[in-house]
Amino acid sequence: MKRSSHDAREAVLGSVRSALAGGQRGSADSIPREYRGRRHVEALPELFRERVAEYRAAVHTTDSAGAPETVLGVLERADARRVVVPEGLPAQWSDPVAERHDTLEDRPRLSTTTLENADAVLTTCTVGIATTGTIVLDHGPGQGRRALTLLPDTHVCLVAASRVVDDVPAALAELDPVGPMTFISGPSATSDIELERVEGVHGPRDLHVVIVGDV
Amino acid sequence: MSGVDLGMPTFPDAARQAVRDAQLRHNLGRATSTIRNKRAAVVDELDDWEQLRASGAAIKAHTLSRLDTYLERFEAAVTAAGGTVHWARDAAEANRIVTELVRETGETEAVKVKSMATQEIGLNEALASAGISAWETDLAELIVQLDEDRPSHILVPAIHRNRSEIREIFRREMAGSGTPAPADLTDDPVQLAEAARHHLREKFLRANVAISGANFAVAETGSLVVVESEGNGRMCLTMPDNLISVVGIEKLVPSWRDLEVFLQLLPRSSTGERMNPYTSVLSGVTEGDGPSNFHVVLLDNGRSEALADEVGSQALRCIRCSACLNVCPVYERAGGHAYGSVYPGPIGAVLTPQLYGVESEDTASLPYASTLCGACYDVCPVAIEIPELLVHLRNRTTRERKGWFDRLTGTAMRGLGWVFGDSKRLGRAQRIASLGGRLFGRRGIGRLPWPMSRWTDARDAPAPAPESFRQWWERNRTGSGDER
Repeated sequence: MKRSSHDAREAVLGSVRSALAGGQRGSADSIPREYRGRRHVEALPELFRERVAEYRAAVHTTDSAGAPETVLGVLERADARRVVVPEGLPAQWSDPVAERHDTLEDRPRLSTTTLENADAVLTTCTVGIATTGTIVLDHGPGQGRRALTLLPDTHVCLVAASRVVDDVPAALAELDPVGPMTFISGPSATSDIELERVEGVHGPRDLHVVIVGDV
Repeated sequence: MSGVDLGMPTFPDAARQAVRDAQLRHNLGRATSTIRNKRAAVVDELDDWEQLRASGAAIKAHTLSRLDTYLERFEAAVTAAGGTVHWARDAAEANRIVTELVRETGETEAVKVKSMATQEIGLNEALASAGISAWETDLAELIVQLDEDRPSHILVPAIHRNRSEIREIFRREMAGSGTPAPADLTDDPVQLAEAARHHLREKFLRANVAISGANFAVAETGSLVVVESEGNGRMCLTMPDNLISVVGIEKLVPSWRDLEVFLQLLPRSSTGERMNPYTSVLSGVTEGDGPSNFHVVLLDNGRSEALADEVGSQALRCIRCSACLNVCPVYERAGGHAYGSVYPGPIGAVLTPQLYGVESEDTASLPYASTLCGACYDVCPVAIEIPELLVHLRNRTTRERKGWFDRLTGTAMRGLGWVFGDSKRLGRAQRIASLGGRLFGRRGIGRLPWPMSRWTDARDAPAPAPESFRQWWERNRTGSGDER
């Protein structure tokens, strides 16, 4: 297989080169970029809040003093007993949860079955996008490996208001794709049946976004 | 170039069947109008949509103009990040590589993320013949797979099915391939989605191999981007230890920054959302998170040949959003199956003949499956001039497939040229035509006997006017006719 795969590589590249022979080879610098790099948004957290809510995610706005109470309230209403807490989640967020719930830490690695049976996961995020109502996880400290935010049925995500940007270009500029990344816009959903939107397919059925105003 | 045998009737025959199916027309009409309205609403929100569109087109055109360079760059980046890159000239080679990779894991099943490229090469069938079960995990793909049906839309493959048909399929077929549908399943979409969740959950947690495609492949970083809604993509890209991604060579974009354009264009054009629920970015292997064994299969399968066609190569910009399907009057009535290809609708009519060749009657008939109304171009997020391509491919198919009819047409055209070339000859011909026209009266020309029936079977033509414009002009304006 090694031999034929080398042949295939040369054949595909050769075929591409002969197709392009004699044609114009443009420069990346000449690509027009006249779209808006930045959008003027009066109140970023408000727009973010509105757009996230439109995906039928629950949005809560609070400050760092009120955030633990908000998170506990969400977990209580979701009847969440076992809550996954990723490594690197600041103690100010994880400690109050640990007092009232069974917290599951991913060290040693939680088994798939344990994750599957967990009720909720609490994380931070890297950046929030106001125009599209998106949160982006780069799965660094406080966010955990991807399975942690995929298998439990409720995802509670803390978003620092200062980490909310206007639109997609500003968000991508903040991100470095060295590891895996997940862009999340509302709970999992499908429109495959008569294009009627149904929330809650394979990812978490409930997404709670807690905007922390003074962080 | 090889592909899967389409084995379908030509578009006119298939379409004639489809337009008689009232249920299909109803399902399609409802679905396409819903999605058209959603798209229009979110596109109107952006006052720089046209600029985004121009950039999207330019980025893709630029990438294609240096595709060899970007392919090598992508290969190097994936390899540096711990992945392995394979190259496949055609469908058979890609299928062989994937089958071999699955065999190496010792597994006999794989979970799949919805992917047009793997459908194009008939991967599921190839794996099945090697004793490997490939489970589709996108809800619509699951419906199609359970029913042993064919997808009829790029984005919503089961768009031709309504909720009660889906309930029947689930009740009848789910038990045969895993967790059965609940006995009291109704046709409520919430319940249907829940049944799919249960059916597939078991597979996600058990599977050790996943197969995906990619919406974008970033040359600079070696990243693959998978855009989805249900979380089945996240499941496949995260849970199994082995991941095989089949990526068409036209999926490349040069840099990470370029995604700022496409992540705005794609969701709004395809599902009519500001952003789709989940987008996963995967850059090689990450220790402790996701697959440790990661392979990318770069697929040519006719793409490099299409690249050589200066006009036709535009079609390679396509990001598979399916906006052109939803606005097409022909698609809305004929449905996706009539196109006999995994790529239906306007983009399918220009892509399929280029990827599969125009030797067969079914692919050659596709560029004619259009009224050239241009709605497809207006909504295309990468500004592919689909009407121009359709005309170009009509011309190409005629040139490359010269049968007796085309030679006859050629002779007729030369004859017509001779008549039009001289005003006296034209005048005489018009007088004869007016006489002929009186035979048809005002109803126009309906059915004519063979060989003219090849034209009149699908079209009505107005009868020649009783008097030509030139005769009228002579009579009324020049003073040389009757003085009145």
